[in-house]
Amino acid sequence: MSATTFDEAPAVGRPIRRRERWGNPVTYFIALLFITVCLAPVLYIVLGGFRSNSQITTSPAGFPSPWRFDNYLGVLTSSTFWQEIGNSTIAGVSTTLGVVVLGVMVSFVLARYRFRGRGAMYSLFAAGLMFPMTVAITPLYILVKDLGLMNNLAGVILPQIAFGLPVTVIILVPFLRAIPDEIEEAASIDGASRLGFFFRMVVPLSIPGVVTVGILAFVASWNSYLLPLFILNDQSTFTLPLGVQAFASQYSVDTAKVLAFTSLSMIPALIFFTLFERRIVGGLTGAVKG
Amino acid sequence: MSSYPGATSVTDSQPLQGTQKVGGGAQRASSPAGPRPRRKATDWRQRFEITVLAGPAIVVFVAFVIFPVGLAAYYGFYRWKGFGPPIDFVGLGNYVTIFADKAFHEVLLHNGIIVVLSLVIQGPIAIVLALLLNQKIRGRSIIRVLIFVPYVISEVIVGTGWGLMLQTTGAVNDLLQSIGLGAFRADWLSDPRIAIWALMIIISWKYIGFAVILFLAGLQSIPEELFEAASIDGASYWQIQRRITLPLLGPTIRIWAFLSIIGSLQLFDLVYIIWGQYVASTAGTSTMATYMVANGRTSGNYGYGNAVAVVMFLISLAIALAYQRFVLRRDVVAGAVTERKK
Repeated sequence: MSATTFDEAPAVGRPIRRRERWGNPVTYFIALLFITVCLAPVLYIVLGGFRSNSQITTSPAGFPSPWRFDNYLGVLTSSTFWQEIGNSTIAGVSTTLGVVVLGVMVSFVLARYRFRGRGAMYSLFAAGLMFPMTVAITPLYILVKDLGLMNNLAGVILPQIAFGLPVTVIILVPFLRAIPDEIEEAASIDGASRLGFFFRMVVPLSIPGVVTVGILAFVASWNSYLLPLFILNDQSTFTLPLGVQAFASQYSVDTAKVLAFTSLSMIPALIFFTLFERRIVGGLTGAVKG
Repeated sequence: MSSYPGATSVTDSQPLQGTQKVGGGAQRASSPAGPRPRRKATDWRQRFEITVLAGPAIVVFVAFVIFPVGLAAYYGFYRWKGFGPPIDFVGLGNYVTIFADKAFHEVLLHNGIIVVLSLVIQGPIAIVLALLLNQKIRGRSIIRVLIFVPYVISEVIVGTGWGLMLQTTGAVNDLLQSIGLGAFRADWLSDPRIAIWALMIIISWKYIGFAVILFLAGLQSIPEELFEAASIDGASYWQIQRRITLPLLGPTIRIWAFLSIIGSLQLFDLVYIIWGQYVASTAGTSTMATYMVANGRTSGNYGYGNAVAVVMFLISLAIALAYQRFVLRRDVVAGAVTERKK
């Protein structure tokens, strides 16, 4: 939009914003270089799965020649892989639902009710940002064990919901506060109670914020490692990250197969990410800006 | 609405229902003290709603976040193997052991190195990249997606992949050899002088996309008019970046640095996956968190592990508070954590 102003006055200054068409080749070169660096390790993992172990040994950084599909087929036909995908999905979906439902409810209270102790309540959740799971992991492990939830996905899901709440509250409270008072007044004139307003107006209106929060919770759960490492010891309850590591140590000599397993296990996260890229980025930057 | 100073927009939109519930409008009409019972009714009702809506979240949060953290502090005073109630009270004994342990000093040093190098390596590169990508170039959205890929991939996958690539006979050394940089081949993972740099390469690779995306978002919030005004005044591209862009990007940079510092202090997954729990200390990449797991759960000394967790938490908290007090103070964004405490 600013480019037009400059086009009208070409004599002024340096043409900073004028290269709207293609721009500086140096920029593209650096961008390309950076993207190469970002993607090369990923490509190494994906392509490595199409190679044989002898190919990998003789030329570690080479391309597949010939392409071999048995590694991928082997992983795709193993029940372990699908079971771990299933476990990760269950944990991810449950965590997301829990975080979203509890998060919206408590954020609504924090955003739209006035009561004594509200500030303290908000601080309680905000302070949760200071408690990363790493610090609480040993007592969490003991707590989950005492609750009898060892080797149970619920033992992973509940703490993940709890640790997902601070970010959710931080993102959703400003979001819900931004819903104009007039809407609430109109709803109450029309006879809606506070809770009626919550379910009929707040829930639909907060969908964009909820989606962001939900995606963050899902990706965090999908990638989570430390908590499952402590809680899930039985192979049949492994989530994908644990599965990748177990597979990597079990088949440590079969590099190609490990690479195939690894690259297949990153596909769900990558698909998910490409679909919701804008929301994830928006959510992260939004979270940071409070 | 705002003409009633005492009542919020919320409470005075409710009175009808409130009075009906509590005892009818007649009483209210006859009594000059009408507002009082009305108030009580809404109070009661409001309290009920707050309990129903906020209760579950608070219960889960307290049970699985606050309570365990408190528990860690409690267990930290005991020598305890994780079975039965802790009875062997050792006071600050665990803490004395921690601070006397040479291995813990090393761990602190490693964490310090990781904090500093993360800021020094990622910060400048990410700023330059964000400035470049903020120009109106083609394919900007696809670039944005691609540079974010490493951040989305889980630590386990990153660790496994890089672990394989950095082996002595791995792809990195092979690549260096084939492009004529054979002299730079190294034992990336087990040479104690190099391992921490290998770790820094992996960390930078994984997390720099996050910094770039963050900075890009920050740049986009700077009003276009400022650049136009400056360029009309004859400022060069680099002058504009230095005098306008960077200062206005300040808040974003400071909040990124905060997140980076806290993340570096808690670093666990990557180190644990690549180096395992025992190799990390000989390779010089152990962190407070891997030390905690290796000396706590793995060796069955739960009391000790909890004490380490407490130390780690206090260090993070002290740094976080100091940072907020001295660095973030002037930024509005800091409000997220500090503002409410007033």
